[in-house]
Amino acid sequence: MAERVRLTINGVAREDLVEPRTLLVHYIREVAGLTGTHVGCDTSQCGACTVLVDGDAVKSCTAFAVQADGATITTIEGLARDGELHPLQQAFWDEHGLQCGYCTPGFIMASVKLLADTPEPSDDEIRIGLEGNLCRCTGYVNILKAVRTASRRMTEAGGAPTGGAAAGSAAARTAG
Amino acid sequence: MTTVGGRDEVQRSDASQLRVVGRPLPRTDAAEKIAGSTRYAADLALPAMLHTRLVRSTLPSARLVRRDTARARSLAGVVAVLLGEDVPHNEVWVDVPGQQTEVRALKARSQVLATGRVRYHGQPIALVVAESEDVLAEAEALVDVEYEELPGVFDPEEALGEEAPRVHEDGNLLAEWHIDSGDAATALERAPIVIEGQYRTQFVDHAYLEPEAGVAWLDDDGVITIRASTQVVEHFRDIAAILGVPQARIRVIAPYVGGGFGGKEDMTVEPYLALAVLRTGRPVRMVWTRQESLLARPKRHPMRLRYRTGAENDGTLVAQDIEILADTGAEAYLGALVLLYSSVTAAGPYRCPNVRVRARAVYTNHPPCSAMRGFGAMQVVFGCEAQIDELARRLQLTPDEIRRRNAIREGDRLPVGQQIVTPIWLGETIDQVLRAAGPRPEPSRPHCRVGRGIASNLQPYGRLVWLQDTAAAWIGFQFDGSVTLRCGVPDIGGGQAASLGQIAAEVLGVDPARVTVHFGDSARTPLAGTSTATRQLYMSGNAAHLAATRLRDQTLDAVAEAAGRARGALRLGPGGVEGGGEPIALPRALELVRGLGVPLEVLATFHGPRGRAVARDLAAERVFPDFTVGTHLADVEVDCDTGQIRVVRYLACHDVGRAINPQSVSGQICGGAAMGIGSALTEEIVLESGINLTAGFFQYRIPTALDLPDIEAIALESGAGMGPFGARGIGEPPIGPPAATIANAVRDAIGVRLTELPMTPERVLAAIRAQAHTDPPRPAPTGP
Repeated sequence: MAERVRLTINGVAREDLVEPRTLLVHYIREVAGLTGTHVGCDTSQCGACTVLVDGDAVKSCTAFAVQADGATITTIEGLARDGELHPLQQAFWDEHGLQCGYCTPGFIMASVKLLADTPEPSDDEIRIGLEGNLCRCTGYVNILKAVRTASRRMTEAGGAPTGGAAAGSAAARTAG
Repeated sequence: MTTVGGRDEVQRSDASQLRVVGRPLPRTDAAEKIAGSTRYAADLALPAMLHTRLVRSTLPSARLVRRDTARARSLAGVVAVLLGEDVPHNEVWVDVPGQQTEVRALKARSQVLATGRVRYHGQPIALVVAESEDVLAEAEALVDVEYEELPGVFDPEEALGEEAPRVHEDGNLLAEWHIDSGDAATALERAPIVIEGQYRTQFVDHAYLEPEAGVAWLDDDGVITIRASTQVVEHFRDIAAILGVPQARIRVIAPYVGGGFGGKEDMTVEPYLALAVLRTGRPVRMVWTRQESLLARPKRHPMRLRYRTGAENDGTLVAQDIEILADTGAEAYLGALVLLYSSVTAAGPYRCPNVRVRARAVYTNHPPCSAMRGFGAMQVVFGCEAQIDELARRLQLTPDEIRRRNAIREGDRLPVGQQIVTPIWLGETIDQVLRAAGPRPEPSRPHCRVGRGIASNLQPYGRLVWLQDTAAAWIGFQFDGSVTLRCGVPDIGGGQAASLGQIAAEVLGVDPARVTVHFGDSARTPLAGTSTATRQLYMSGNAAHLAATRLRDQTLDAVAEAAGRARGALRLGPGGVEGGGEPIALPRALELVRGLGVPLEVLATFHGPRGRAVARDLAAERVFPDFTVGTHLADVEVDCDTGQIRVVRYLACHDVGRAINPQSVSGQICGGAAMGIGSALTEEIVLESGINLTAGFFQYRIPTALDLPDIEAIALESGAGMGPFGARGIGEPPIGPPAATIANAVRDAIGVRLTELPMTPERVLAAIRAQAHTDPPRPAPTGP
């Protein structure tokens, strides 16, 4: 009873047969082989599985793979462009916005969406924007610092990238 | 004083000669973590890989009447279903040290898979192995387990009663420790001031973001290899014992671990993966759900603490009488040792001539309790520091003054008998948080009150001295001058591997980017012991330092001989071998070294201090290598209508000895404080008659970015620690003070002492109401 899904992940068009009950996160990890998207809680609290679906930050454990049919998805692996890190990735590295790193891809993806909507967020806006992501190592101090730094750099650079391959084209979306 | 980003600051003793150590280098492991390319334990997939899952007890205390696997085995895609009878050696024995006379069993027994009875909700009963996760989900439900419910015991005090149901045949007392230093009873009788208090702490979960996971396979030459999320690759020995195979046939690899905090110190997935490989010969993956992790993996011990603290009128401590009752749950694990840490640190970082400690850890039908960051030295801070605070109030001293007056110093002895042998900057940590804090905040709304509190602690770093701790590291130059470092340390997120690279780069004069660290492999990296007990920077750091120093010396000796230069003039630096003439580029210098037949590698082992094992009555010249101290400060706002506590400002200061990587150090301090604030305010594993009601992150609430202020870390560098370059361990120490710091701040804000964790709005309101019957809440009185 597998169903066909056609979608684009990180700029690459895919077509796969999946069980209707397969969660998007399992599809991303097990079928597409992109293990940078993590599972932390199974119940949509932790945000470690956050990816961009058509530019929106989505906890991929809350969606079925079949629901992503036709969508353009960006995972952490698709954020860097031409070997250059996304400003958020660079800022998380520079500001040590991580320790064990397990929650990091989810935080970065949620932050991409946050800065796309609010390029210069206040501290409160950052905290509210990232409330759906849990970190147990950092106390969030350096995560907030990283988002502030990325925001500043992106604003200074003028016209920030809003999400790697997800900035994605209509052409990519219909491909496959 | 050097600013390390934001408000963090690092105070240096003489460190001016250091080139790499002490710099906040962006960590190499971070490059992959931000790219999503780190391969965590669950991320590996192998051809023809199977999947495995545990069937767990649904009751906390029951006899297993029937375990029938026939229906599950007949399901298409199921490869095997294992019961305890299928495990070659199903019994695991845990040492209960120092308990030869008082506890009937010298060792405690537990089962890999339960056969006769189950003792806690979530205990493993059967292991299902199948072709896919989907099949597992179906098969799990087809394993028929019939229970006969048995009476359980769910309260540690009741468990000590004569008539209480026995969790284990030998009785419910797992371990007991006594300290009798001086004469506490007499001193308390004579003391002009005596403060009495009772405190309770709760079950807490580690709640690392990466659930327990691993992949195992049968490698060439019959080696069962288990790549799992663990803090301890040395569990290969335990796994070999369970399987009944030679220890040399088991290899454990720890990839980068998604958080440990003590929860991956005991085995989790490892024995089950090994059993599945042994049975099927195929690669197998096991990933626990968050529910399993919260349900059944060991927790932090809840403790009931009773303190009587006596002082002179000037605030000098004269006596402490301390009783500790710990709920150790249904299995021994490391409960006896956790309780030992509690006992040794219960009197706090203070001089006190008369101390009596009576500590017991008791079995119940609750989930097992074992290691968690702080390892028993955390819970007692909540009691001890409340007592000190109340004492200050009674004497109208400020909280900082009473602590300064009694602060432990080099040369003082702890109640257990151990002398402090390194300069210890407790007073300085108190000064620092007060200086950095500045004026108190104002309430943001009319029905809110603000308060300020401080609390101090001491936490051992390094293992108990009778465990004869060692760590080994191998270091070698490659022909091109790059450096390979092999060390069995698991990297659980604290930058354990990167710090070793930084130490090696410092000693060998190379760019840190030229050092590659291989870590966490029981077969292919020299064993370095567990990433627990705040020991890795101390132990493996010293091993790496020792190996690098020897390699440097033998290299320079050889170059001096081969190039005819004075040895005393030579040093390793960015130019290669420098001094005594033109620099010799490293590859050329290494050619000269090889030409003399001198090796380009060194294997070195660092030995921690050794000591004799303790008995139940604790009295020892030395129990731990050394200690890390610190002081935290919190400004809180309490909403008197809702009972909500908001942490407005939080400062955490520790004497870290030397910050090898200031980024990692302040990261550890902020993270430990945040975890402690979670314990203080929201976190609790709730059990109802042994049934876990908090097996999801929707019920078990760890702090989010909205719940915490920007924690400010202050690292003082006394340079006096026993680690490399004078470092002290910093992994566990910051978890100690937060609960007491916040409770003291709440006391300051509303005049009410909260004595039970977590300090939920309900408890705050109840305490305010109880107080209202005797004495209405007053605005903030004295404070720092």
